[in-house]
Amino acid sequence: MTAPDNSSSQEPKDGEELRIGVFVCRCGTNIAGFLDTETVREYAQTLPGVVFAKENLFTCSEAGVSEIKRGIEENRLNRVVVAACTPRTHEPLFRATCEEAGLNPFLFEFVNIREQCSWVHKSARDSATNKAKDLVRMGVARAALLEAQTEIRSPVVASALIIGGGIAGLSAALSLAKRGFEVKLVEKKEEMGGMLRFLGRIYPADVDAREIVSARIEEAANHPNIEIFTSTQVSDLRGYIGNYTATLRGPEDRSEGITVGVIIVATGIRALVPEGLYGYDGRRVVTQIQFEQELRKGGDLPHQVVFIQCVGSRNRERVYCSRICCMTAVRQALMLKEKTPSAGVHILYRDLQCYGVEFEELLRKAKKVGVRFVAFREENPPVVDDGSVTVISDVLGSELTVPADRVVLSTALLPDESGAATSKLLKVPVDADGFFLEAHVKLRPLDFATEGIFVCGACRWPCTVSESIAQALGAAGRASVYLAAGEVAVEPIVAVLFDEDKCRGCGLCASLCPYSAIEMVETDSGTKARMISVACKGCGVCASTCYRRVIRMEHYSDEQMQAQISACLKGS
Amino acid sequence: MARKKSPAGGKKKKEEFVPRIVVFACNWCSYAGADSAGVNRIQYSPHFRVIRTMCSGRVHPGFVLRAFEMGADGVLVSGCHIGDCHYIFGNERAVENYEKMKALVRTLGLEEGRIGLEWVSAAEGPRWGQVIDEFVERVRRLGPSPVGR
Ligand SMILES: Cc1cc2nc3c(=O)[nH]c(=O)nc-3n(C[C@H](O)[C@H](O)[C@H](O)COP(=O)(O)OP(=O)(O)OC[C@H]3O[C@@H](n4cnc5c(N)ncnc54)[C@H](O)[C@@H]3O)c2cc1C
Ligand code: FES
Repeated sequence: MTAPDNSSSQEPKDGEELRIGVFVCRCGTNIAGFLDTETVREYAQTLPGVVFAKENLFTCSEAGVSEIKRGIEENRLNRVVVAACTPRTHEPLFRATCEEAGLNPFLFEFVNIREQCSWVHKSARDSATNKAKDLVRMGVARAALLEAQTEIRSPVVASALIIGGGIAGLSAALSLAKRGFEVKLVEKKEEMGGMLRFLGRIYPADVDAREIVSARIEEAANHPNIEIFTSTQVSDLRGYIGNYTATLRGPEDRSEGITVGVIIVATGIRALVPEGLYGYDGRRVVTQIQFEQELRKGGDLPHQVVFIQCVGSRNRERVYCSRICCMTAVRQALMLKEKTPSAGVHILYRDLQCYGVEFEELLRKAKKVGVRFVAFREENPPVVDDGSVTVISDVLGSELTVPADRVVLSTALLPDESGAATSKLLKVPVDADGFFLEAHVKLRPLDFATEGIFVCGACRWPCTVSESIAQALGAAGRASVYLAAGEVAVEPIVAVLFDEDKCRGCGLCASLCPYSAIEMVETDSGTKARMISVACKGCGVCASTCYRRVIRMEHYSDEQMQAQISACLKGS
Repeated sequence: MARKKSPAGGKKKKEEFVPRIVVFACNWCSYAGADSAGVNRIQYSPHFRVIRTMCSGRVHPGFVLRAFEMGADGVLVSGCHIGDCHYIFGNERAVENYEKMKALVRTLGLEEGRIGLEWVSAAEGPRWGQVIDEFVERVRRLGPSPVGR
């Protein structure tokens, strides 16, 4: 392995004279109180390529910003270095300042001498000053090699692929269609509607689940902008934001290719089948979904019903809480009590999860009409016998036997079986439990990290219908940002194959790219890598693994990095 | 970086040895963690210099070679915890590259302890300070690198 030395070059690539300006921020006393900013400024002045160095009281203030602009204009600066706080907050400001003064924003370099120097070495003034000098020297060395960059733009096809035809997928589809965008809605089952097809009257609004979902299915089927594919799954996906090509495999293995700009994942949930748990037999001991059918049919309902919560969940295998099964149990208990007020109902639980005003109200109501709640501990699970259930009450500390001609198991809710395949196909992550993982739990709750792919509904986490719909509308809103713009702009910090002749086509970069932003293509001179700039996020994994070293990261090139390393160690 | 080697090659007066350490920190976690250390005024050793990269997976083993050739006494690569990488699994590449870096360090005849790989999140300001202090101390004990100047 060789480390080519380009660090000595202090000439910009196009041969123009280097004119670097360095601005050292005192930040009031935040920096100047703990290191000698004037010494740092004096030192900066001596560095190769630096024609101007100035101290500012607050570089980010209006006065500081105009001092930079004046500095650029009066000294014909073609590189600007600011030694101040962290680039993570102020880089956009100073880039914009440079741009306003006619300098390409990528010819700006930020040196952090506050968060990572003055604030953390408060009692070592000399060391901190020396460190600041070193950091400025490194920044200047890097600045010398910076190159102007321009934003990359690429068109977005005004069409969305939605995977999953439950209430979430349907709501997102209708929302986008009404805004005038084309939607391809893919449902793997023969019928659309998802989990709501199996439910009766759902709370909190006490409405018929099938009515809600049927109305939406009909509306979607009649909407000119929506094309529905049932008994269909996505079998292949290529491309990047704005331009995805998906292969849909439908009935009788018929395949069809579609092109879309964005994708929404709404693959929903399924309930665990509690084989081998609490004597589950599907007749006397049933699941909530099965009991739902009994309630819906009406007719003769059992008189003594016992619900057991957290079946197959909150244990070693599945640590999470499925969140909505407590509310479902309370709802089903109430529905039973409405039909047969004399019915005896016990809910055996570990902890009750009834969040939100409406569901708390539901819980109070259930207690009022005589539904009994008995808490048990995980290590003492209830025992189901013929006609009764025995449980050790955590509150009383004693054994309790309650009559039961029906036992309802509130089982764990799991992500759809197709989750792993979808995750692989779209290159989007799932969490340890198989639910899809958003880009950021607070800041980007409906986006995946990969731009252009969104998530909504119960495939993110078991949730209620209103939550599913809210998320679906949110995801549609996020997606329409891109669809309406018609193009995407990407920060030009991307990978570039700068010497195609040297590429041997090994494909390592393509296989390691987290965003499928590298394709292997056949050319006259063999297999070569091809970078898809709009899909590239600039992580640099490809550049650090290319054994031919022919991939350059714009703005973080090997030369720029090595100039910093050399400047760091060259000594003052 | 100011360097004080004692005339006896750093053997007699080890306490005077100030190591030269390069730290690569990813923008999204470790660099942000270092910022958070600053915001919380955590006080720790100044004897290292940070180079910001977008991801820990960007750090080419060649960068580490360059650093040691130029006389670094230690090199630390720091990124997001596994599973938290801003680029999904860039830090898993960092783990693979780290193996190559260790081989490189051995080829140079240096101790493996001169190179380190750590995960520090954006919230772990105090931990960042601790990681730096420990690494500086580790390299200090190893003494000046015989490679480079
Ligand atoms: C027993 C029970 C009772 C409930 N009671 C209530 C209640 O009273 N009130 C309430 O608000 N909520 C209730 N819920 C929750 C409600 O069912 C969910 O909020 C809702 O179904 C979530 O909608 P969804 O579209 O996200 O997922 P789903 O309804 O699960 O729909 C997902 C759809 O995607 C399809 N799909 C999956 N993978 C793929 C793939 N790879 N390709 C194509 N298609 C795919 C599935 O076939 C399905 O049609 C209850 C849930 C259960 C289990
Ligand atoms: S972004 Fe931090 S390790 Fe990849």
